[in-house]
Amino acid sequence: MSHETAASEASAAPASADPAVQRPVPFRGGGFVHRPLGSVAPVVFLAILALWEIGARSGFISPIALPAPSEAFGALVDLATTGMLWKHLGASLYRLVVGWTLGSLLGIAFGLAIGLFSLARSGLLPLVSALFPVPKIALLPLFIIWFGIGEGSKVATILFGTFFPTVIATYAGVDNVDRNLIRMGQSFGLSWLSIVRKIIVPGAMPAILSGFRISASIAIVLLVAAEMIGAEFGIGAYILMAGALFALDQLIAGVALLSVLGLCISWLIGRAEKRLLSWRS
Amino acid sequence: MQLALQNISHRYGGTTVLDDISFTVDDGEIVCIVGPSGCGKSTLLRIAGGLERPAGGQALVSGAPPEGSLNPLTYIFQDFALLPWRTVEGNVSLVLEDHGINGRERRAVIADVLARTNLTDFARALPRQLSGGMKQRVAIARALAVKPAIMLMDEPLSALDSQTRELLMDDLIALWSRERFSACYVTHNLNEAVRLGRRIVVLSRRPGRIREVVEIEMPLAERAERLAELEKLQRRVWEIMREEAREADREITDVA
Repeated sequence: MSHETAASEASAAPASADPAVQRPVPFRGGGFVHRPLGSVAPVVFLAILALWEIGARSGFISPIALPAPSEAFGALVDLATTGMLWKHLGASLYRLVVGWTLGSLLGIAFGLAIGLFSLARSGLLPLVSALFPVPKIALLPLFIIWFGIGEGSKVATILFGTFFPTVIATYAGVDNVDRNLIRMGQSFGLSWLSIVRKIIVPGAMPAILSGFRISASIAIVLLVAAEMIGAEFGIGAYILMAGALFALDQLIAGVALLSVLGLCISWLIGRAEKRLLSWRS
Repeated sequence: MQLALQNISHRYGGTTVLDDISFTVDDGEIVCIVGPSGCGKSTLLRIAGGLERPAGGQALVSGAPPEGSLNPLTYIFQDFALLPWRTVEGNVSLVLEDHGINGRERRAVIADVLARTNLTDFARALPRQLSGGMKQRVAIARALAVKPAIMLMDEPLSALDSQTRELLMDDLIALWSRERFSACYVTHNLNEAVRLGRRIVVLSRRPGRIREVVEIEMPLAERAERLAELEKLQRRVWEIMREEAREADREITDVA
């Protein structure tokens, strides 16, 4: 942004040696601050769409390589008018909500345990560290054997994928709670449970919520991956089908749906942060 | 209620931080503890209130706490220790909730202590909206809510600028004149010590030992008028501390 403007003017003032001449102190501050420019994002977005559309119409972009945005939009309208949009979206949302909610709840519970009890920390943390980097998609065949080819394996994939980052965010949040606040609680004779409920959990909330941002993105990635194996409905299944038929307009429409889904979730988490963390400056 | 520290010694790892410290805090008496930085003043206060176990010696209380005291030994912290997600009244409420004080009774206690610390207008403000002095007033209100017998004050004015410190010192003196609480007041500021202390316990550098106990008979209310005499006392305490402070300044710290 305006990082570069300040530097050039600094040396401009002539080094007059005459003590009688008053000259202004050269300004050296400013810059390194961001102003919110709300209108830039939609303009960039629309410009890219417009260029893309023009490129496709003029034949500069081959329709085999990339369909025009208008065609993708047409595919989306088709999907909506046939009623399939809600079927795909409903199936995906169901898996996402169930898997993410269960994974997050379990993750918070385990994260609190690791944050609060030495035994849990010694016993579970190495396990979490060992399993966190394993791509959960690689375990999908196992999940299919354990939980069936239906909803079970898909929900389980998302559950495991969101569980680990939530555990790590939660226990790191607990570790970062100001020790002085805990000491204050003890000095006023608060019970252990009260200290956990009223001091530790709210204190860890910022870390837990930023963990949600990461786990929600992971959940969407895993959703699509899980739906590409043995799902009749779902955005992932729709994209897979479109890819198999080389119906690129539908493929782009499916990807756009995922992108919108991600934006919605990020907006929801932003709202939650505003509500729950309004005490932060 | 009286607090007596008997032969308190404490070690962190292999380093002795406190060595054989004994003194008492009598009813309605403010005892100031001064000493060079790192001499274990704060550790001593934590031991006095039961937040830390001493390696040797013991902290004892005697006598009954005042009627209705919920938390006889109550701290005031240097960094205020307010929950940033709770409003002023929420922070006071926190220490009442666990004692089963609910509903109208709790609201009455909160309103009372906020009125006594002139915070009524700020009841719904969050800590981040308050100045340092106001935050410490909230912490004092919170302490008053549990009707303490002995206040354990850990450099309560050190995080404040000097004007605010003067204002709060006046508040504390006014409060003490009304309530006659006992207090163990840790500070590195000698001026605060001679303004507030009935007795001043001067500690040596690490390992902290009692160098001297200075008694000040002058009534608290008169001290603001008789600053010249206090100035002399303050210089005397400084003479006792000077060498210790100089040596402490040159030490390499390896203890938290």
